[in-house]
Parts: sequence; structure tokens; C-alpha cells
Amino acid sequence: MQEIVKPARSIRVDHQLIADMVAPGARVLDVGCGDGALLQLLAETKDIDGRGMEISRERVNACVAHGLSVIQGDADRDLNDYPDDAFDYAILSLTIQATLQPKLVLANLLRIGRRAIVSFPNFGHWQVRSRLLFTGRMPVTPNLPDAWYASPNAHLCTIKDFDDLCRIVDAKVERAVAFNSSGQQLGTWIRMPLTVHNFLGEKAVFMLTRRNTG
Amino acid sequence: MVIWPAGLQPRKKFAKMAVRATRFHRFDLGSESEAAEAGFFCFGAARLHTEALMASPQNATGPKNATGPRNATGSLNAAGGKAADDVVLENAAERPLANSPEVDTPASLLLKIPASAALALECQRDLGPFQIAYQTYGRLNAAKSNAILICHALTGDQHVANDHPVTKRPGWWTIMIGPGKPIDTDRFFVICPNILGGCMGTTGPASRNPATGQPWGLKFPVITIRDMVNAQVRLIDHLGIDQLFAVVGGSMGGMQVLEWAARHKERVFAAVPIATAAWHSAQNIAFHEVGRQAVMADPDWCQGKYQEMHQLPRNGLSVARMAAHITYLSEEALQKKFGRNLQDRDAKTFSFSADFQVESYLRHQGSTFVDRFDANCYLYITRAMDYFDLAADYGDVLANAFRGTKTRFCVVSFTSDWLYPTRESKEIVTALNAVAANVSFVEVVSGKGHDAFLLDEPELFSAVRGFLSSAARKRGITEIVEAR
Repeated sequence: MQEIVKPARSIRVDHQLIADMVAPGARVLDVGCGDGALLQLLAETKDIDGRGMEISRERVNACVAHGLSVIQGDADRDLNDYPDDAFDYAILSLTIQATLQPKLVLANLLRIGRRAIVSFPNFGHWQVRSRLLFTGRMPVTPNLPDAWYASPNAHLCTIKDFDDLCRIVDAKVERAVAFNSSGQQLGTWIRMPLTVHNFLGEKAVFMLTRRNTG
Repeated sequence: MVIWPAGLQPRKKFAKMAVRATRFHRFDLGSESEAAEAGFFCFGAARLHTEALMASPQNATGPKNATGPRNATGSLNAAGGKAADDVVLENAAERPLANSPEVDTPASLLLKIPASAALALECQRDLGPFQIAYQTYGRLNAAKSNAILICHALTGDQHVANDHPVTKRPGWWTIMIGPGKPIDTDRFFVICPNILGGCMGTTGPASRNPATGQPWGLKFPVITIRDMVNAQVRLIDHLGIDQLFAVVGGSMGGMQVLEWAARHKERVFAAVPIATAAWHSAQNIAFHEVGRQAVMADPDWCQGKYQEMHQLPRNGLSVARMAAHITYLSEEALQKKFGRNLQDRDAKTFSFSADFQVESYLRHQGSTFVDRFDANCYLYITRAMDYFDLAADYGDVLANAFRGTKTRFCVVSFTSDWLYPTRESKEIVTALNAVAANVSFVEVVSGKGHDAFLLDEPELFSAVRGFLSSAARKRGITEIVEAR
């Protein structure tokens, strides 16, 4: 999947947040792994057994050349191949908004991984809202830098929307962190009202489990 | 400069050298054109073969050969930088490979397995005694954890990274294997055996059957990819290696890699199947059948007894090779390389001589192949490939073949390979995903067709290098500490 932010030279904020959620030595599938930065980070800091899936052939080949276990694949189609509970964590980092069937992809993540970790840009952020309100045009922000016709994003959502989807696919939110571009976290989910996160958070990371398996 | 064995030569510089090659064709392939007019496929004189081999357009591509003076016999002097080349090549041409000492007493390491340890074949017959010829490169470490098995393709052999004893050309994968290469012999111990059924020292149809003293010929049992791998297992046992660090191979070599990974899971730490498939498609079987029928239609095949009859089915095997060679390239590669260019002439001749460059090229490929390969071996090995269907023994579910595997896989395909297209590699990847195996998959963009796996493909090299380095770290392979 095309990532909407360019990989920074330093560790990406959402990567660090995800890495903090992953237990050491875990089996991890990173769907839409891009240049493999998160897999690399997890391998270095958490000694994980990591795999990646990436839609861009060039990025896949670069990942493999760097010794990462990555295959070319499409989150919308190729997640069906994996068996249930194949991984401790199935990660979708800043990719879900670019999938054709986010609901199906999320359900697959929850099936493949005992835990799913999903990060996404928040369309409910105040900058996005104000741009739309005052200019009457699709917002272009540092967080969503592409014009509507050039954007790889097909299904943008707000934190509230994603929270709703979690309920629809029977996922339990274990942790959720909203943060702004400077990486400042907005406190844990439970402490602050959803509306505040949805207004102030530029991106969010959710850690989910299947409700039926606890 | 690299001189490639017939069929394995790089094609990247072809556009640039087309003019030069044409010039050489005028001189070099004159004899071939004459032969064509007199009936190309009547190879009366062995000398013709020597000339065709020595004066190949491929030889003409290298700077040394391109400028090398020719002597009266039509050979290039010091073609490969070795004084004895001319003599040996002429000998090779005059003596069919089937009668070469390489078939039974090869200039390779040799493992002889006695009748008491006969190999139980898939066709329910036992083969024994038999022998395996192999080459090794690099050093085995004390833990015996750094061994890489290279599985060769249909017409390859064990001479993967050394000069070939018959053709005197560099090994077929020197671009991949050697000190500092992606498969680094400073780090890894590389083993490459000739496959069972081959003709370079491992027991095959051209070998002498110890029971009769005659060549096996068609009395040789029909072997399979599994039989080839089971023979290799004997060699790995003999070398005292419990677990191979990696098994690597392209095309039919990739089939052996898959077979190793499926049936000897604990003995394969990493597997690199390249440009291959888990089963042979109807189209591939069809092409093989054309090749086999060409061999068998040659009266000099003598119902497979050409060795005893002192004959050689040159025409049949040449045609088989010509047809097969087309499948190793791509339409794009052929068009780029030859287009509709005429060979050594300014206009069509209104005859059946090799007017077109592509015809001349294929004829050359066919004729040189005969000097280094045995016709019956070709029948047996193509058959083994046709029979390959890994899923068949696992309830037709490929994933079952890999269930429980801890092997790390790196699957590689090439965009223009229509013999083993990417979708067939993806099928392997899908099966591996279905058992949550550790798999990398790289599709290399290349216009060179199936042969790309033998050629200069930087993306292939970086994938293999990166994959093996990472796997070596996991395996704990660091310094080479030599085994006692």
C-alpha cells in the first residue's frame, strides 16, 4: 500500500508507538510494510520474527535485499491466503485508508493475528475540518498532502468512524492512541473523551483483539 | 570477460555487438551456411562442429575472441586463454560426449554408493551401485552449518563455478557463486552435484551399467525429481552435514529445492527456488514432448542404443535444443536481438538455408549442445520434470507439502519468463503463506525470459545476497572455522 507519509530519516512517530505495543520475540505481519522501516525497527528493538507484505514491487525487492522477509501482495486480496492466528500481531500502518475494502481487510487482520494494530490518518482533525468548512474543497494538509485526484487514499475515516468499524467487525479496542504530527500523544483512550481525540489527533493507532476470543 | 556455455550466454550487449557479430558470421558461419545448402542436418564432419562451436557469435562477443587470430583449422587461438583449448575441443567434437571419460570417470569429486545401499526409486526399482559426481567450493565450517547445495537445471551440471572440463568455458553460475559474490564462497561451503540421470559423472542413461558392461541406454529406470533429491541426500549424508544452510536452484533446480524443502524440512534452513514451479504445466510437457520426439525420430538414435552402434542422434538432439531454446528466451528478447535481420547476406536466398540471424543462432545452439549433452539423458531428465507435481502426494493441496516448515524461503520469478511465469511462483508463495511460513518473494523485471536467472540481473543478486546474509545471521554463521 502507498503510504501517505514519506519515511522519515528518524523513527516515525506511529512506528515508535506501534513498537511500544509489540511484545518482544513476537511473530509479526506488517501489511503495507513500505520500505520495511517498521519491520527493521521491530527486529532491532524487539527481536521479532517479522514478515511483510507490500504492493510495490520496487519496495519489496529493496526490503528483501535488506534481508527482510517480504512478499509482493495486495492487502485487499492476498490476506485471504493466511491461516487463522498465524501471527501474534498483524499490523496495518497508515495503509487502511488506501485499501478498497477496509472492513474486509480489518476482519482479515483480526483473523490472522491474535492482535491487530492499525494506524491511520484522522480525517476528523480540526485542520481538515476547517479547510473543508472554510475553503469548500477537499483538505490538503501536512498529514494528507495529496490533492484528491492524486491521492492513493480511497477510504478516509475519522477516529470515531474507525471506532464504529471496530464495533461492526466485533473487535475490542485494547489500546488507542491519538497523536499529532510532532508525535505528542493525547493521552490514553479511556481518560479523554472520544470527541477530543477526534478533534486534536492527526493520526491514531489502535490495538485490537477479537471480541469473541477475548 | 566471460565465455558462456552454449545456451547460457548473456544477451545484454547484443544490440551493441550486432554489427560486429554479423561481420564474424560472414566468416565464421560460412561453413554452416554451406552445410545448410547441402542439407544442414547432415553433420558428416566432426570438424564442422568444432568450427561452429569455436566460431560462435557468442565467442565473437568477447573482446579477446573477437580480435583473436584464427588458425588454419578454423579455431580461435587462445580463445579461453588456455593453450590446449583447440585440441581438446576438436577431440570433444570428434568424440561424442556419451563416450567421454566424464560420463563414467569424471574430473570431479566422486561418491560411489555400493549395490548394498541401492537407491529405492519412485518407479519401484532399485538403483545400485551408482555414483554421484560433485564439485565443492569454499570451506565447510566446524559446525558444518554453512553448506549451500546448488541444484542445477536440465542441461546444467556440477561445474557451476569452475571451468567446464568438456567445453573449457567458465561454470554456468560464476556470476552468482564465488568469492564476494551473492553466494559467497568466502563464507559458505558450496556443493553442486550432477543430478541423477545426468551425463557428467553421476549415474545416468549414458553411464555404463555395471551389470552388463554396456551403457544403460533405455534400460535405465525412469527417474523423478524426488529420486534426484534422494540421491543428493546420500551425498549430504556422506559429507556429514545434518542441515544444509541453503538449497538454491533455478528452473529444474528450483523443483529440487522445493522437493528438498517439502520432504526434508529439518535439513533445509533456507530455500531459494528461482524461476520454477511446483508442477509442470501442460505447455511445458508439450514442449518437452516435441524435443523427445525429435530425438527419437532421428534414425541415428537407434532405439536408444546409439552408443553401442557408434552413432549419435545429432540432428534430433539439435532440433530438441532449438525448440527448447526458444522457450528459454522471450519474444521481446528474440525481437531485440535478431529482429528480421538477415544472416550473412543482403537479400533472401529463396532457399531453406539460414537466411535469418535467428535461424543461424538456433542452429548454432542446437549443434553445440550435441557436443556436451547426451540424447538419452535429455529424454530422461525432461521426463522427470514432466512428472513433477509436488502437490500430488499431498492431496493436491500444495500448502500441505510445506506444513510445519521452519525453512526460510526466498522465491524469485522474472516478468518475461513464460516457461515458469510469475503466477506459478506466486502459487508457491500462496501455499507457503497458507502455512504461515517465512517467505520472501521477489519478481525481477527482466526482458530476458526464463534464462534471466543465469544472467546479469542485479535485482536477483541483491535479493539472494540480502536473503542469505539475513538467514546466515539467524543461523549464527559468522566466521569460517574449518572443519577437521
